[in-house]
Amino acid sequence: MNDTLTLTPPAATRTPRPAQPIAEHIVEVISDSGEGAQRCGQSLAAIAARMGNGIWTTEIIPAEIQPPARSVAGASGIRIRIGSERVTNGGDQTDLVVAFNEQVLIGRVQADELKPGATILLESMWSEHRDAAIVASYAKTVAALKRDGFKVYEVPLEARCKELVSDPRKGKNMFVLGILCNLYGLDAALAREQIARIFGKKDAKVITSNVALYEAGAAWAEANLDFKYRIPAQRSNQAQVVINGNTAVALGVMASGMDICAMYPITPATSVSHYLSEVFEKVGGLVHQAEDEIAACAFAIGASYAGKCAVTVTSGPGYSLKQEAIGLAVMAEIPLVVVNVQRGGPSTGQPTKVEQGDALAAIFGSHGDAPKVVMAPCSIEDCFYSVITARKIAETFGMVVVVLSDASLSTAQQPFPRPEFSEDWLAPPVDQTPVPAGGKPYDWDPVTGLSRRFQPGQPGGMHTLTGLAHDRASKVAYDPTINEEGLRARSLKLAALQKTLKAPPVFGGNDGDLLLVGWGSTMGAIEEAVTRLRAEGLAVSSMHLRFLQPMPSGIREILKRFKYVMTIEGNWSDKPEDELIDEDNRRYSALAMMLRSRFLVDIDCWSEARGQPIKPGDICRVARDALQLKGKTS
Amino acid sequence: MTRSLSQCVIKLHEEHHDLEDYQGGVPRWCNGCGDNAILAAMQRLCSDENLAPENTVFVSGIGCSSRLPHYMKTYGFHGIHGRAFPVAEGIKMARPDLNVFVSTGDGDCCSIGAAHWIHALRYNMNLTVMLHDNHVYGLTKKQASPTSPRGFKSNTTPYGATLEPMNPLTVSLGVQGASFIAQAVDWIPEVLYDIMRAAFRHRGFSFVRVLQRCPEFMPKAFDPWLHDPQKTMLLTHRDGLQLSAGLSSTYRNQREHDPINIDRAREIASLEDPIPVGILYRNPDAPCYEDLRHAGQMRSPEYIRAGLNRELDKYTVWPDDEAATRRVA
Repeated sequence: MNDTLTLTPPAATRTPRPAQPIAEHIVEVISDSGEGAQRCGQSLAAIAARMGNGIWTTEIIPAEIQPPARSVAGASGIRIRIGSERVTNGGDQTDLVVAFNEQVLIGRVQADELKPGATILLESMWSEHRDAAIVASYAKTVAALKRDGFKVYEVPLEARCKELVSDPRKGKNMFVLGILCNLYGLDAALAREQIARIFGKKDAKVITSNVALYEAGAAWAEANLDFKYRIPAQRSNQAQVVINGNTAVALGVMASGMDICAMYPITPATSVSHYLSEVFEKVGGLVHQAEDEIAACAFAIGASYAGKCAVTVTSGPGYSLKQEAIGLAVMAEIPLVVVNVQRGGPSTGQPTKVEQGDALAAIFGSHGDAPKVVMAPCSIEDCFYSVITARKIAETFGMVVVVLSDASLSTAQQPFPRPEFSEDWLAPPVDQTPVPAGGKPYDWDPVTGLSRRFQPGQPGGMHTLTGLAHDRASKVAYDPTINEEGLRARSLKLAALQKTLKAPPVFGGNDGDLLLVGWGSTMGAIEEAVTRLRAEGLAVSSMHLRFLQPMPSGIREILKRFKYVMTIEGNWSDKPEDELIDEDNRRYSALAMMLRSRFLVDIDCWSEARGQPIKPGDICRVARDALQLKGKTS
Repeated sequence: MTRSLSQCVIKLHEEHHDLEDYQGGVPRWCNGCGDNAILAAMQRLCSDENLAPENTVFVSGIGCSSRLPHYMKTYGFHGIHGRAFPVAEGIKMARPDLNVFVSTGDGDCCSIGAAHWIHALRYNMNLTVMLHDNHVYGLTKKQASPTSPRGFKSNTTPYGATLEPMNPLTVSLGVQGASFIAQAVDWIPEVLYDIMRAAFRHRGFSFVRVLQRCPEFMPKAFDPWLHDPQKTMLLTHRDGLQLSAGLSSTYRNQREHDPINIDRAREIASLEDPIPVGILYRNPDAPCYEDLRHAGQMRSPEYIRAGLNRELDKYTVWPDDEAATRRVA
């Protein structure tokens, strides 16, 4: 085997490498689609997590299922941030990247995703390709990368894998796992266990050959690389689970005691249903793949009407399609949980990319006044518990509860304390007791708007539920006062829920110069930015909302304690520097708009909708600029 | 463990229900509207089958047809346009022990809800469906529907409907999984009732198209059939309709048809003159989706706890994991 491409001398001539201790590292594995980079990275993260490291994974996904091979736009892979402490987001730039070809690497360099001087491990087989153009492109790229100060190691990935397996293209991800485990000093026994787990459904031969690839990779790194890291791990004394956001949502559905999930396939929500389809039936639940998004919502509404609260899981376009049915559930006060794993919009938008673009659609969607509860989980753990809370609120208040996850949370892995099941999470059995004479299906409480719902099977409760305006007996009402009575009751329920919500905690200091406000998946990045800025001596804090509708009490008082408030959001807002944009026409980000209208406070916003998770470094820059600007004007 | 919900329902005593037990509000359909005949048949059917009103749900979409649940004294679900089928499917899936009926119209079912209709036939859930087909949109005041005859002048087709009408029977018979397809007419109430009863007793998705007069917007549409009994072909079979002597003497155009024969059913469904009335197709052995999916299971908290823990185990890092001690320093 030709090893002339490797830059380091053979192992025999070298002394063992000392491991350099570091607090954290950001690693990327990138490849053409379908080369297993994500599986490699997820495994690395899982092994590190099992050792007690903090981890966060971010999938790098091209929009097409099979983009052309070796293309700059086709980079598919994963970023893994490994730390000594808990990690809450994907961080800024990559310290070390493994690339399966130079083209996908160029994509990442051009996107400014690599730290200056980052370490690159690059598949070297392209230097000997029969296509001279590829050889030239490879050589040119390597030279350019070195010139730009990157540390480039050319690695014979496929060449080495070929010695072990017939299809090295399929196997090299495990070889790379071996290299990375060696570089970061991860436990080999845990790695073997992890490989056994991911190939568990296949036969033992597959596991053996992948373990062999892993070991070959580790041996190669030991012999050929002149550096090694150690990220000290602190094992928790609590059991931890390591899952991504969509798995957490699915487990939340199971844990909430809901019986039925109706869905229609849509990216990036589908993996919730994939996982649920596999496990839900084993505990007596059911996933119904409906003929379309509207049917999925209507099916869930029917199931909820006659049984326990049901759930439908979707993403942007599907969420739009469900609007009329959601309005029916609001009007008829049928409990319903709708999980919207947000993606880029409008229309088909960016199916695989993150965006926080659906907050206003969730709050105001459906025609007429349709009050709904809108929650936004802000960590993987939150994805699990949000669904349980959503089910409970839906059933208690007879409301639609929208849970806004997003494409970033959907695939991000993060450890959190293993949930200890509680029977309180479950829905009570369906009420089948007779309704006392004179009972009305919408006997709205004058203060809270709440009423006891009557379900089929309850003697004496017979009535026709309707999407038409109706009175307390569910009789169709065209009388203006009766219409307003229903509107009032449905709106009051939000206020009743709002009275039970606690003020969100403030991260950082209780008062100061700048308060950053966020919601949903950006919490980790915002709080990391606040930590960095406070270390610089800046009086910056943050507040993160889990309930967008209703908003908890106490926010007004928090806003008052800061000189300057701005939201940080992953959606569109007009940029003040644009020629036509002024204070009268600027369209603010969703949360900023909500806060401005509710609290009459001049709240600024900074947002981006690039389809990427917001980075803590960018938030720091924005905050510094804002403070500087404010300092100048005040 | 899980068990079916219906197994948990204890009938302490069988109650008898009179016709009044099913009569809700006074119908607000026009005088002479065929919907009244369908309502009367359904109230009689519920009474004759002694269905507990609390265990019976009439689901509908939007349109004149979809007001029917308001006139029943059972549970009713008057939902949104075109979506009666998925709502009814959700109800049936959550509570397979309930008697679930669907009342829909030619706009509700064949136009805005067409996708759901096709798939409802496929799912073959145990639902009893009446398609009130009057060939016109009534509630929105006279627009052409998918079953309007070509040339029909309406508010949206002032120069006459341009397309051939859709035939809901042939469409339904083209769907894999369909298990009960029949046609009735509002002006022969005895046969309408017999067909609805057969539909209810069939376990599966029973689809009955009821040709129904709209005196307001389609006053003469069915006159030829009303005036000439020969233009109606009654389908008879020992597994289908059995006609009274009176009916037999009026409607002499009869044809023996075994409802298990789908090829013949498709042939008959295509007939335009005479129109067939009776059970075109019935397959008692077609599996129901709710059975295939084991609907209506009740789950104990312990069962859910065990299932959840089994899943969490797959992703758990235990503090006493021996790997901790093996960690490379």
